[in-house]
Amino acid sequence: MGSAEAAARERVTSVLREEADEISDRWVQLQLAQPSLDGEVSEAELGEEADALVSALLSGLDLGLPVERVVTSHEEMHRTVSEISMRRARRGVSPTATSLAVLSLKEALLEAVQRRTREGDDLFPSAVLINRLLDSAGALSFETYVEGREEIIRRQSQQLLEVSTPVVRLWRQVLAVPLIGTLDTARTQVVMENLLQAIQEHEALVAIIDITGVPTVDTAVAQHLMHTVNAVRLMGADCVISGIRPPIAQTIAQLGIDLSTILTRATLADALGEAVKLTDAAVSDHAPLDKR
Amino acid sequence: MSAPASGGVPILRLGDVLVTGLLNELDDTTAVAFTEELTNRISSDGARGVLIDISRLEIVDSFVARTLMELTTMARLLGARVIVAGMRPPVAITLVELGIQLTGVETALNAEQAMAAMGWHQSLQPSGGGLGEFRPEH
Repeated sequence: MGSAEAAARERVTSVLREEADEISDRWVQLQLAQPSLDGEVSEAELGEEADALVSALLSGLDLGLPVERVVTSHEEMHRTVSEISMRRARRGVSPTATSLAVLSLKEALLEAVQRRTREGDDLFPSAVLINRLLDSAGALSFETYVEGREEIIRRQSQQLLEVSTPVVRLWRQVLAVPLIGTLDTARTQVVMENLLQAIQEHEALVAIIDITGVPTVDTAVAQHLMHTVNAVRLMGADCVISGIRPPIAQTIAQLGIDLSTILTRATLADALGEAVKLTDAAVSDHAPLDKR
Repeated sequence: MSAPASGGVPILRLGDVLVTGLLNELDDTTAVAFTEELTNRISSDGARGVLIDISRLEIVDSFVARTLMELTTMARLLGARVIVAGMRPPVAITLVELGIQLTGVETALNAEQAMAAMGWHQSLQPSGGGLGEFRPEH
């Protein structure tokens, strides 16, 4: 078995070395023939990928690593396969098409070996070797693809977090945070940090938290709101919650959530009026000449 | 007690407002000494207001929070109003997450606004070289 495998390996290596161009051309054609690729990757790019992969495969085999470990241990091979899958993941090619693309190299390679082998007995061990070699490449490609996709998802949710929590200055010393979407712990943290930072920067006296865009308010969300309000008060500013829709008011009352310590208004407009009154009171009470 | 024993925390008097600030973490002895000196000063100076600036504090733990709350109560008993000014955003977030509420403690964004709340305000034209004008509260 050892000698048969060594002979097969020898054969595959020499085929790869001598017919590298034919194999990579054939591989490109096989991939182009797949309908699912949909022109996401151009022919020139495919050609480049194919050349890189074939030469990586050859140098991996030359190193004398065990067949199973050529893909995982040979750095050039690992990188090439990862790059191929990552590129497809970013372009939105389906996972099936991605791993099939890598696996279709098998076909190209087998055809080349067949052309050069007359004996049927020699063909089988070569086929087994090629299979073992490239199956792990297929697995790696799938894994990288998933990683690539997860990275995209992570980045998008991070962007969403940043985009969805702007702090706007509505009036002199009045800030507002329009909240859109569900309020969880992570978002509360971001909202709180942004809001407190903005309060310090603008020396704001009143912060309005508008929850028009928050679909439901349960005890957890109410808890998060209370935390934010308390933090704002510790900073020395006041807080108004606006945009409480009738169904939400009903839920809050039915759940028995106590928001009585917080100033609430139905609309952002009412809240702004209240906030302006509060700042005017603060200014006129204490500094009637100060018209900054 | 002849020398001020408040751990080097200065207490200034501006009109009938005492102005002081916490510089770094308070330990037990400093806190006790500070409380003692502050209450003595409130009663001897007849202060109506106390401004405690904590904008230099990066950490406020439950001990400091309790000290601030106790100070507020003591000052109120002596007829003075305490305003804690300049809490940093991370400090506020930490306190809220620890579930510590400075019950009964008035807060202000910075020392300037705390002074405004005590009835002291900046005038636009500097009059007679004075930076501020003091109006006693009615």
